[in-house]
Amino acid sequence: MDFGLILQTLPDFLSGLWLTILFTVSSLAIGLALSVPLAIARSSPNPLINWPVFAYTYFFRGTPLFIQLLLIYYGSGQFEWVKASWAWSVLQHAWFCALLAFVLNTTAYTTEILRGAIEATPHGEIEAAKASGMSRFLMFRRIILPSAFRRALPAYGNECVFMMHGTSVAGLVTLMELTGVAQVIQSRFYSPFEAFGTAAVFYMGLTFTIVAAFHALERRYHRHLRPRS
Amino acid sequence: MGEFWSYTPSILAGTWINVACGLTALVVSIIVGMAAALAKLSGRPVLVGLASGYTTIVRGIPDLVLLLLAYYGGQIVVNAIVEALGSDEYYEISPFTAGALAIGFIYGAYMTETFRGAILAVPRGQLEAGYAYGMTASQVTGRILLPQMIRHALPGFGNNWLVLIKATALLSAIQLEDMVRKARLAAGSTHEPFNFYLFLAIIYLVITAVSTWLLELARRRYSVGTQR
Repeated sequence: MDFGLILQTLPDFLSGLWLTILFTVSSLAIGLALSVPLAIARSSPNPLINWPVFAYTYFFRGTPLFIQLLLIYYGSGQFEWVKASWAWSVLQHAWFCALLAFVLNTTAYTTEILRGAIEATPHGEIEAAKASGMSRFLMFRRIILPSAFRRALPAYGNECVFMMHGTSVAGLVTLMELTGVAQVIQSRFYSPFEAFGTAAVFYMGLTFTIVAAFHALERRYHRHLRPRS
Repeated sequence: MGEFWSYTPSILAGTWINVACGLTALVVSIIVGMAAALAKLSGRPVLVGLASGYTTIVRGIPDLVLLLLAYYGGQIVVNAIVEALGSDEYYEISPFTAGALAIGFIYGAYMTETFRGAILAVPRGQLEAGYAYGMTASQVTGRILLPQMIRHALPGFGNNWLVLIKATALLSAIQLEDMVRKARLAAGSTHEPFNFYLFLAIIYLVITAVSTWLLELARRRYSVGTQR
């Protein structure tokens, strides 16, 4: 291990770490906001509402994130009408395509996690809400969603870790997040342990941070499930 | 579109490389996962510590980083060993070997948790009954533990396989001549990247659908005699 090299490249790693955090936080935040209405649509008994959402989640959960990124980043350049439209001003940037792929991917997974949690709502709670004269909107806001979020917490924590790990594919399309930085250092110095090992340590730090955050959230929101002492 | 079909045979030949690498990795992950699960349940502090360390570290790092580390780092390690043994030949690890081993090792960590839970789900009394009949440890494992733990392990195992096969899309990053690499070459020379990457996505959807169907058949086979 050449610690001098690690020390020398540390500023690059830190800026890579920042981009990784930026990608992770923004895709998770946008994805969570989009997946709430989609999960409600997905648990609708009406096939016209339910099926399009299912087709979307099936495609994005059944294909690798890297292929989705290739499809968006390189694929969008195939069409002249895309290049002529306003969309090209953002689609020509690798960072935007990566963010778009991450958002679409995490939204698909989060939608299915939330759908499972929504459908697991005890019937009695819904009947009680209806019996108290709540509207559909009020029922979702007060009864279904709060308890669904609680039930979804452990699975969503895993999704956050997977998404953070998933951002590493951005390094394969020239973006300088942790993995991209590590690849450049590997090709410049041919020292894989220093390059990928350092990136791995940073990723592990991020993973443990997310896991600890969700442990804290579960301690708070699953308090009613803890065995009484 | 005529150009498109002239490239599909080479991409489909590449699909076989992804599937073969995925299946090899699956075998590795089953062996590693089973060993680590038994280590975790052994109750011996050293084994428990080693197995826990392995699953915690591997699950904390992205597949891609471990893959690159295994490929480039493995090259150095292997040649250092060869040199220490007194040979000056240069050995090159094939991307297939490095990829299958690395992915198998990574998903072995996920399999560990699946197998551990499945082993714990088999009632202890049944294993004790086996021992009481005078069966050896390997007989109890083969006749009582394995047939019953498979049913409990199947759902998690299936999920792990579906994630594993999608991870093979990253193998082109370590120069494997797989379907992703073939598609990238085709995309470059035809200027039709969208068609080729959509083709890859459809291949993955087919693999996923076939896997899900096979897993459902297995689930039925192994839940004979139980109620849902």
